[in-house]
Amino acid sequence: MGNRIKEFQQKKSPLFVPFITAGDPSPDITVDLAIALQKAGADALELGIPYSDPLADGPVIQRASKRALENDMTLEKAMVLVSDMRGAGLTIPVIIFTYYNLLLQLGEQKFFELAAQHEIDGLLVPDMPFEESKDLQASCSDHDLSLISLAAPTTSEGRLKEIGESSQGFLYCISSLGVTGARTSFASGIDRFLNDARAASSVPVLIGFGLSSREQMQQFEEKCDGFIVGSTIVSKIEELGPDLLREDKQREALQTFSDFLAALVPLKVYS
Amino acid sequence: MKAVYPDSRGRYGEFGGKFVPETIMFALEDLEKGFKEAIENPGFMEELQHELTDYSGRPTPLTYAGKLSRRVGGASIYLKREDLNHTGAHKINNAIGQALLAKRMDKKKIIAETGAGQHGVAAATAASRYGLECKVYMGEEDIRRQALNVFRMKLLGAEVIPVSSGTKTLKDATNEAIRQWVASVDDTFYMIGSAVGPHPYPKIVKEFQSVIGYEAKAQFAQIKDGRMPDKVVACVGGGSNAIGMFSAFVEEDVSLVGVEAGGKGLLTGLHAATMANGTAGVIHGSMTYLLQSQDGQIQEPYSISAGLDYPGVGPEHAFLKSTERVRYENITDHEALEALNLLCREEGILCALESAHAVAQALKEASSMKSGENIIVCLSGRGDKDVHTLFEKQKEDAAHGE
Repeated sequence: MGNRIKEFQQKKSPLFVPFITAGDPSPDITVDLAIALQKAGADALELGIPYSDPLADGPVIQRASKRALENDMTLEKAMVLVSDMRGAGLTIPVIIFTYYNLLLQLGEQKFFELAAQHEIDGLLVPDMPFEESKDLQASCSDHDLSLISLAAPTTSEGRLKEIGESSQGFLYCISSLGVTGARTSFASGIDRFLNDARAASSVPVLIGFGLSSREQMQQFEEKCDGFIVGSTIVSKIEELGPDLLREDKQREALQTFSDFLAALVPLKVYS
Repeated sequence: MKAVYPDSRGRYGEFGGKFVPETIMFALEDLEKGFKEAIENPGFMEELQHELTDYSGRPTPLTYAGKLSRRVGGASIYLKREDLNHTGAHKINNAIGQALLAKRMDKKKIIAETGAGQHGVAAATAASRYGLECKVYMGEEDIRRQALNVFRMKLLGAEVIPVSSGTKTLKDATNEAIRQWVASVDDTFYMIGSAVGPHPYPKIVKEFQSVIGYEAKAQFAQIKDGRMPDKVVACVGGGSNAIGMFSAFVEEDVSLVGVEAGGKGLLTGLHAATMANGTAGVIHGSMTYLLQSQDGQIQEPYSISAGLDYPGVGPEHAFLKSTERVRYENITDHEALEALNLLCREEGILCALESAHAVAQALKEASSMKSGENIIVCLSGRGDKDVHTLFEKQKEDAAHGE
């Protein structure tokens, strides 16, 4: 595990981890958006790699994937982009969110080389459940990377224990059944699930999927260590996309994005 | 001791497995348990057999294609007539099996994906028969191309849900069905249509399609004094009819040939020849061969036959290719159409475009075999659904002066 992740784990809760898609609306703007997110209080960044068949994602992230693919974004290019982010002042951990096939085609060895070269801190593979991930988890450890595990409301008690015990970086708890995207209700029994996850895990427990407002996050503040927010932010980027790509409107659009984040990012609890 | 496939992780060698979101892992475990209990239960197997016999009309015949055989010379060709099943194709074998399994597992709703609509129709049919609510996901592009099958599904009481993501075809319909399954996994059974997807689906579909192979083997033995055919040929899209057919012969001294869609020819890039041109990767929850770009984006396949138009292939086929137990060949649109016409003229059988690929390959094989040798071809479905495509194709060719 790298130092940036260690620092992340010791930060005050609630931890805030936004998700954006690399290359949406353009590779250059992705760097600006990452910096804006850090300024707004992001504690880590989940950088999504566009994929032709994103089966864990809802329509908002599917569309972002499509736009990014039209910009020829790839896993390798996205990893290189992280160096640009570092150059622009990004100091928070970056976690690469990629479907397994993209990683497989790049090759694990190459992935680890690029991760070291471009100061990447973690990896999340949404279509690789615990059972399939043991080898990858071991190689991540060897390369000082955290492989982020996911747990769902449907995860059995036994599995949750195993997943929790071996989790690295943070544990990603899925709030509800279904794919990514904003929603108004969460899985029944979510409180108990978060409790069990916290009991099983030695790393921070974050909740994600469907969170779209500060108020919504507040209701979980006592029950977890932080939040992952994707679709709501990606949807804002979609809305601002055309302006972000116009030189004369870009500054204004980035300001609108920052204002939006200022109202979204949960306030740190000082206790 | 011989290794048993799939292993406990659902692997066929390096292929197969479960590459799915954590949310549906419990459902795959449930399904594995439910399936195992069902097939070990004599009552379930008896009910399945009863439905296959009294409802679907099994056993389907093994027809000697005498005129066709004499015309090509060489080996004798036998046709396993899955086209004579209820709803016109082998798809119903699996749909009945999975619907009975869903019922046994106390699920009231099923979802299914469909490309051309054959599995959609089979799923809607079985849902109607066993009192299940049925939603079929279908790409918008396929809905446009297959309007009659959409109407059939609706007649049978199913809801057809248009899929507008990605390329709006089978692969996207499958993604969407999986997404919907993730969202409703507590009360919904996902009825997958081919021997693809995460473990245990390839195993389940093979089990329910294995009736093709066992019947064919017994029927051939009966007319040929207990002998085996020399060769068995079947078409492969996802590969469910082929894996069902091969299952009875894979341990025997019989050569097996799978036939993929060569489309307009491999060099044109317009084909669905996953085995010939694909590379290993993950699609729809399974490690297998697939058509993809160098970075791993999945590519859209092409074939005149909608049922072979799939960018992946069942993981067991990938394994059987890697061990060289099965030889995989491909047949172009043009060759398939010629074979379809020939079978019509010589035997009075209008087969599905998918099956025509197997027939075309069998004709090639037969002519280089000895007289007295025998080939069984899986005639996976009938061609009524393709009449419109054939009609359009003929008009198009006439316009081009062919």
